[in-house]
Formats: sequence, C-alpha cells, structure tokens
Amino acid sequence: MKSAEQKWSAVAAAPSGPAGVDEGPGLPWLRTWRRVYGFVFAGFVLNVLLLALLSWAFS
Amino acid sequence: MGVLVNLLDYLVLLGTMVGIAAYGMWRTRGRNSLSAYLKGSQTAGWGTIGLSVMATQASAITFMSTPGQGYESGLGFVQNYFGVPLALILVAAIFLPLYRRLDVYTAYEFLGRRFDAKTRLLGAALFLLQRGLAAGITIYAPAIILSTVFGWRLDVTIVLSGLLVIAYTVAGGSEAVNLTQKYQMAVIFGGMVTAFIVLLIKLPSWLTLTDALTVAGGFKKLEAVDFSLDVHRRYTIWSGMLGGLFLSLSYFGTDQSQVQRYLHGASLRESRLGLMFNGVCKIPMQFFILLLGVLVFVFYQFERPPVYFNEAAWNYQARHGAGAQLHAIESDFAAVHARKQRLIRAWLDAKHAGDEPAEAASRAAAQAAQARSDVLRADARAVIQRADPQTSANDADYVFITFVLDHLPHGVIGLLVAVIFAAALSSKASELNALGSTTTVDFYRHMLQREASDAHYVAASKWFTALWGVVALAFALFAHLVENLIQAVNILGSIFYGVVLGLFLVAFFFRRVGGTAVFWAALSAQTLVFVLYFTLTISYLWYNLIGCAACVLFGLILQALKGPDDQPAEAPATP
Repeated sequence: MKSAEQKWSAVAAAPSGPAGVDEGPGLPWLRTWRRVYGFVFAGFVLNVLLLALLSWAFS
Repeated sequence: MGVLVNLLDYLVLLGTMVGIAAYGMWRTRGRNSLSAYLKGSQTAGWGTIGLSVMATQASAITFMSTPGQGYESGLGFVQNYFGVPLALILVAAIFLPLYRRLDVYTAYEFLGRRFDAKTRLLGAALFLLQRGLAAGITIYAPAIILSTVFGWRLDVTIVLSGLLVIAYTVAGGSEAVNLTQKYQMAVIFGGMVTAFIVLLIKLPSWLTLTDALTVAGGFKKLEAVDFSLDVHRRYTIWSGMLGGLFLSLSYFGTDQSQVQRYLHGASLRESRLGLMFNGVCKIPMQFFILLLGVLVFVFYQFERPPVYFNEAAWNYQARHGAGAQLHAIESDFAAVHARKQRLIRAWLDAKHAGDEPAEAASRAAAQAAQARSDVLRADARAVIQRADPQTSANDADYVFITFVLDHLPHGVIGLLVAVIFAAALSSKASELNALGSTTTVDFYRHMLQREASDAHYVAASKWFTALWGVVALAFALFAHLVENLIQAVNILGSIFYGVVLGLFLVAFFFRRVGGTAVFWAALSAQTLVFVLYFTLTISYLWYNLIGCAACVLFGLILQALKGPDDQPAEAPATP
C-alpha cells in the first residue's frame, strides 16, 4: 500500500511516452515555455489596456 | 421581410455543412484502434488543436447571442473572458503535461492514477451527469431561433442537424471532430468577417468609423472595462478575472469535451501551442463579435429597427388580440426614432464644427430619445409576454439574425446561417465525442469488459456516442417543457463544475491527500452545494467557487483526521 504522497510521486515521475516528451516551443524570440506564458500574459494585459483606452476615449 | 432564404442561400448552407461532414467521414474512414478513434492519429498541429478548442467552446448561441449582447449592453460582456488566458496558461503548464505523460484517454483516468478507482468514477459520473443533461441544448437553442425566424419545423431542424453531427462523430471519432471543426471554424471566421465588412459598407456614407464609435460611445456601448468594486454589477474586471479564472480552469482543465481536443496533438508542444493560441485569440475574438453587435446598434440608429426583434412573435400577437397596443407602441417608436436620427445628425455636425455646447446638448437629447426607445421596447416585450407567457422576454438573440436577413445579400445570408449551424455542430460533436469516450473508457472498459480487443472497444464507443446523440436529440425535442432552458443548464453546470475542479486541484496541489479523503470530501461538498442551492438565493455562479473550496477544505480536514491513505491507485490501463 502506498501513501498519498507516494502515489503522487509515482504519477509525477511516470515514464513519459512519446506523447509526453517535453520539448521547447521552438518559436523565434520565445525559446522557453516561460517566455511563451509571459507573452500570452502580456497579450492579456495589452488587451485590457486597449479596451480600457477605448472605453475612456469614447466615454 | 421578403424572401428570407433563396436557392443560393440553401446551396451555400447545405454545401458547406454536408460537404464538411462528408469530408470528415471520408478522411477518417477505417479507424479501428481505440487510440486512433478516441485520440485521433495524434498528428494534429497546434493550429488544428487551437481551432478545435475554440470551436468546442463557441456554440451557435455565441454567434447569435453575443452580437445581441453588444447591441443591448455594449462591450462590457468581454470582461467575462478575462479569466480565459490565465486559466489556459495554468492548464498548459500543469494539467496538460501530466495528462500527456500518463497517456490517458480521459481526464478522469488521471484521477484513478492519482487517487483510486472510486474517485475516478465519481469524477466521470459528475461529468456525464452534467454534460449529458446539457447535451440537448446545443442543438435545441439555435434550432428554436432558426425555426422561429425561417418558419422551419422545429422537430425537423433538430432531427436533421442532430443526425448529421451523430453520423460523422460516430463514423470518424475524435479525429473527424477535430478535422471538421477546422473547416467549420473557417466558415465561421469567413462569415463573421463578411458580415462585418458588409455592415461597414451599409453604414451611411457620410458616417466615418470615428463617428460610428462616437455614437456608440455616446450611448454607453463602448464601456468595455469596469473597475468598479460593486459586487452587484454583473460584469467587472474583477469578477471576470476571478470568476472567469475558476470557470475556465474547470472547463478547459477538467471537462472531457475540451481535454479530448488537446490530447489529440502530435506532441506536448503542439497541444500547448494550441492552448496558447486560444489564450491570445479568445479576448480579441469575443471583442470582435461584440463590436459587430455594437455596430449593428449604430446601423439601426440610421435605419429604423423592429420594436421587438422576434418578429414572428410580434406578428402573431399583432394579429391575435394585442394588435391595438402593439400598433400604438410601434407608432410612438417610429416617431422617437425619427427624432433621435435628427438629433444624432445635429450632434455629429456640432462635433465636426467644434461647437461643444451644441454637441453636448444634442447628445443629451439623443440619449433621452434612446431612453424613450428603450422604454417602448420594454413595453412591447411586456405586452407580448402578457399575451403569451411562453414567449421569451429577451429578444436579444434575434437581433443579429434579423439584421442578417433584412440587410445582407443572398448568398451571404446562406453563409451566415451556415456559421450558426457550423458552431452548433462543432460544439455538439465535441460533447458527443467526450460523452462516448468517457462512458467507454471510464465505465464500460473499467467495470464491465476489462479484456477485449481494440475493435470491440471502438464498436462500443461508437454505440455509446450514438446513444448519447439520441439522448441529446430526445432532450432537444422535449426541451420546450423546461422553463428558461439556457439558464437551467448554466445552473446545472455551476452546481457540478466547482466540485469537479476541487477534485483536480486536490490532485495537483495537495500531495498528502489521498483517494478516500477526497472522495468523501467531494460527495460532502456536492451535498453542501445542493443544500445551499435549495436554501440560499445567491447567484448560481458562486457555486463554482463554493463547491471547489468546500471540496479542497473537506479533503484536507478528512485526510488530517484519517491519517495516511490505504487505497491502491490504479495501474496504467492497457490500451
């Protein structure tokens, strides 16, 4: 019998099949996933700013 | 309205819908392995994944109701989607790698590997219950509007569109769903962009885009971001980011209809990029659809709109009893509209001349005329509802289709009706595919038939998908018996979504909590949500948060009381 923590470790460390191989994003300027997530988040912030600007400009 | 749809429209509509379905069936013929049937050939690139995820979320109601939302309330509804990019980042970074690493067919298999069999079955059962009951709506909701507008028979519209989606989903499985969704999204994008361009052309030639936005802004249709901390306001940046994050995390991370879409990717990279594509595009896309509604509002400042956009209901009541009242309202409405048109012209002329006092005075008078128009519309709704309580008071869903039928050229009308059907079929296909997969993998293979050939499971999956399709059709045919249908389904989703998300959050973030504790925690949390639902009067959206928080909290408490877990996790399934 395994403890919950051991089960979690077994799941997290499960051998990765070909479908689960972690590779980089392979995008120019966005060479790590952290940068991709940062880009998406920055896009979200930019969207909100532009929408706020539109609201203000035509209020 | 004259001839609503002609032969050209029918050719465009049938050509795109039947053509895409037939192509999907032909391209995916002969898929005999369970993996290929449920996860596709796993060769899809990020573009296909991204469009498939987008198509699953965007139902027909998105393309009929959202422009109506823009027309009635402006851009504020876009805040509802502010949680989506944040949720997709979390799903891509945390949920997706584990699903891919464990090579699961369903999200609930992960619960079995992380916890135990009973927790897996509980997660799958909650999904089937919620999604299965909601399944009829994605067919019924557009069918009721299209049949009302075009005079088509409701049952024939439901059955024909339902059979088409069942046919290609059963025949081609997950790959057919992804493949057809790609082309259905192309039809949707093409149709919406065409509608946008035609709408811009239809605006008065002297009206610049800045003028159009000035008019929209003057009537408070461009208030896209609301920083108010007032919890009673329906859409604010805070409710969008917090409430939207919880909803989107639950939907994209744990709902099999979405999980199945991104498990289809050729690699973890393709699946992640597909999700990130949605993270980037979702808010601009919703903004664009809402802006379309706002511009329809501007268009109708210069072209008299119907008082009540459900013209079939209006015409029926005008002929049966309520005619005198409705004609009086219509006459007042026409006079107010003519006065408003003159005031808007004076307002823009004063603006161009730089005469600020005259501009302010004309704008205030135009706003007062708009307020009077709104009152007359509300009066008309009340008259129609009194005459026939079955008629929905909200005619916003009919705004865009009315504009399309009255003002777009034939051919484009067919394309826009195809957009609505494409959206209905694409989201329906994902639902049926997910319901069939979960029934086969989490129940049939797990409990009834553990050792059988791939061909046997593929056949079982086809039968279960068809069965869910028939259930959805039956529900859609009898859906009129349920009052306020869409709200009923949203309430249903909110009652179950929170607890399912709680199960997954415990799985990911609370390593010490085991299967027995989380199982009883989820059942207790679900019971609590039911009790609160029947005793409190708070907005149903709060049950997402309550169910999730209760599941996590109860799990931690029960685990602390119980001590180390003793239930075995499931072994990996052999495909």
